[in-house]
Amino acid sequence: MKDGVTFYGETVSSRLLLGTAQYPSPAILSDAIKASGSEIVTVSLRRESTGAKGGRAFWDLIKALNVRVLPNTAGCHSAKEAITTAEMARDVFDTDWIKLEVIGHADTLQPDVFGLVEAARELVAQGFKVFPYTTDDLVVGEKLLAVGCEVLMPWGAPIGSGKGLNNVFALKTMRAHFPNVPLVVDAGIGLPSHASAALELGYDAVLLNTAVAKAGDPVAMAKAFALAVEAGRLSYHAGAMEARDMAVPSTPVLGLAFSES
Amino acid sequence: MIIVNGETMETKSQTVAELLDELGYEDMPVATARNMTVVRKRERAETKLNYGDRIEILVPMQGG
Repeated sequence: MKDGVTFYGETVSSRLLLGTAQYPSPAILSDAIKASGSEIVTVSLRRESTGAKGGRAFWDLIKALNVRVLPNTAGCHSAKEAITTAEMARDVFDTDWIKLEVIGHADTLQPDVFGLVEAARELVAQGFKVFPYTTDDLVVGEKLLAVGCEVLMPWGAPIGSGKGLNNVFALKTMRAHFPNVPLVVDAGIGLPSHASAALELGYDAVLLNTAVAKAGDPVAMAKAFALAVEAGRLSYHAGAMEARDMAVPSTPVLGLAFSES
Repeated sequence: MIIVNGETMETKSQTVAELLDELGYEDMPVATARNMTVVRKRERAETKLNYGDRIEILVPMQGG
């Protein structure tokens, strides 16, 4: 069974959202996206000193893959910067979707959740469909939903750290409180097992970049993540056993040889 | 004098559209802003440049 996930009314079958940065080459990027099965990839806008040729080549490569693009506001440190960047992204990428990042701390790259809510409110009012990169704070999640976000993307761990799910309790709490909101673990995932764990918690999807791009073989790792996400989702639906403190034999004890009874 | 992507330059261009042509962007996929306000594609021909304007010209790029 491969059930889909719906973001703002658009359903995709892959629960893996993939970033496009840091790959060894454009060809490997393209092959990794194909191997991942991802239908949504993140992109950005940047200055380019050598004219727009690199930008055009990249954009042509992405368009050829026939995937949805989710532009980001990565690197923005204020609501104003993020809003303007989102408006520029909409103009060039021709989509209302925006992965909203308002960075609050240069070392941890953790979101400025106050600026995030402020920017989300304005962008929703302008008709954007906002995918907010947020912390695992429940109340911030409530505020983001209140201003009109229909997706939440809490971090697993700091961007690019590869540490996995740092606060499973908080992530579980969000899942429990927002049963009908698409939840995506965004950032911090380093291994396919981390992605599986997120899906096993009932998260709808994961968004990652570095774990694939910086792998020894990005294309193989992209495939590994695709399998992990599918396994995690299947596991969530299958219903896991309860963990126990004591051993319980799985092989029947009845009829055991050499027993006295 | 205007500032394009953080660098000062002299230009004879009167509008954002003319500036893009002057810099060789022409119909490339770019996003533009003037003084922190987006200038959409359809607004470029009418958006006049003033002395000291800060212009951003951004292109699609890899992102996470």
